[in-house]
Amino acid sequence: MAWKIFLFVLLAFVCIAGIAFPIVPVPTKWYEFPFIPGLKENAKIIFFHVPTAWLSVVAFLMSTIYSFKYLKNKNLDDDAKSYAAAQLGIIFCILATVTGAVWAKFAWGSFWSWDPRQTSIFALLLIYGAWFALRSSIESEEKRATLSAVYAIIAFLTVPFFVFIMPRIMKGLHPGSADDTNSGPVIDFKMNANMELIFFLSLIGFTILYFWMWNIGYKSIIYRDRINKKYRG
Amino acid sequence: MSAKAYALYLKDFRSEIRTRYAVNSLAMFVIVATSVILFSIGNETITQSLTAGLFWVVIFFSAMSGLSRAFVSEEERGTSLTLQLLAAPSTIFSGKLLFNMVLVFCMNIVITILYSALFDGFAVRNLTLFIVSFFFGNAGLAIASTIIAAIISKAGAKGTLYPVLSFPILLPLILTSVQLTLMSFEGASFSDAKFELSIIICYDVIMLTASYLLFDFVWKD
Repeated sequence: MAWKIFLFVLLAFVCIAGIAFPIVPVPTKWYEFPFIPGLKENAKIIFFHVPTAWLSVVAFLMSTIYSFKYLKNKNLDDDAKSYAAAQLGIIFCILATVTGAVWAKFAWGSFWSWDPRQTSIFALLLIYGAWFALRSSIESEEKRATLSAVYAIIAFLTVPFFVFIMPRIMKGLHPGSADDTNSGPVIDFKMNANMELIFFLSLIGFTILYFWMWNIGYKSIIYRDRINKKYRG
Repeated sequence: MSAKAYALYLKDFRSEIRTRYAVNSLAMFVIVATSVILFSIGNETITQSLTAGLFWVVIFFSAMSGLSRAFVSEEERGTSLTLQLLAAPSTIFSGKLLFNMVLVFCMNIVITILYSALFDGFAVRNLTLFIVSFFFGNAGLAIASTIIAAIISKAGAKGTLYPVLSFPILLPLILTSVQLTLMSFEGASFSDAKFELSIIICYDVIMLTASYLLFDFVWKD
């Protein structure tokens, strides 16, 4: 119970601090953020957009890990864990896409411009969509678990291409891109200590929130399946 | 193993020669898709990058219309259980992959000839680069679409699911291939295209390894 209160306080602090703390040219007080050229006030999205994008990838990774486990042990609980992770993953993926697009409207002038990061988050959305379409098309539980596990693993193999390679062959606008001169690598140089602290607190808080939701999610799937089996014979 | 795989390929090849189902539908699809593109272009002159993109659009959708046959036909005819008894999963995958590979290469050679005849923008300056990238691109297309075909043949919905499942997997390959085709139009040298070529070769190797490892799980009921 104590950690739930801690999580509430942490996320409340991150939300208030991320929105309310001012951005000034030369930070002097502990609650002031530095002015980052090229990002300006838009820089604050980092506290909410980056954790969602991070979690959509973490969810995909966990879904793949439990797919591996399922293929190894043929235990349907692992399939439930993989499914619950992907369910949360698609929510965070949509959130990351939408917050990113809204931010891009103000920072780059249009909602969508096929930046490498936008291309890769779009591919991730497509993978999640295809994965759920595949799952819903199969009746038998074991077959569904096996085929969706195989698909998740194959799809995960394309992630390195999007994360590491696409940004190199396509020109990018996103902060942190290879050819980004004015606002790039944000995390390394341009944030000051308190901004980094709140950023990492936000990352930690959202990650704990994700694991909590995932825990509830997979348990409810497992219980639902058990009840179904019990009463339908 | 390779003899059995070749026998399986010959079996598919003969049944294809007799029915000509995949070849006919693929040929018609290529003609229909190309003519739709030609009608929509009209008298406009299109850029080379657009030509390279449209080239891969036709390749992708033609592959999606024909390549799922390899496994779906076995499920439809109810012969997949016999195949399971006769050969190891990796042998079956090799045979099917060989068949799809031949189909993809024939189809794409036809598409290339059509495009070079009908599109002004389709002027290859560096022919060896085009051939090398064409080879590895097609190999990757055949590998990825064969394993996805195996997945959907075991799943219930057959037709519509195939492009949906394949597109995210093929997206890195298609994006890089479009880039490489454009580079061969512009007459870039091999050292310019080194990075893109290595991406495509990596993709082929990764997909081939993963397909062989995972096919056992798909194939055994």
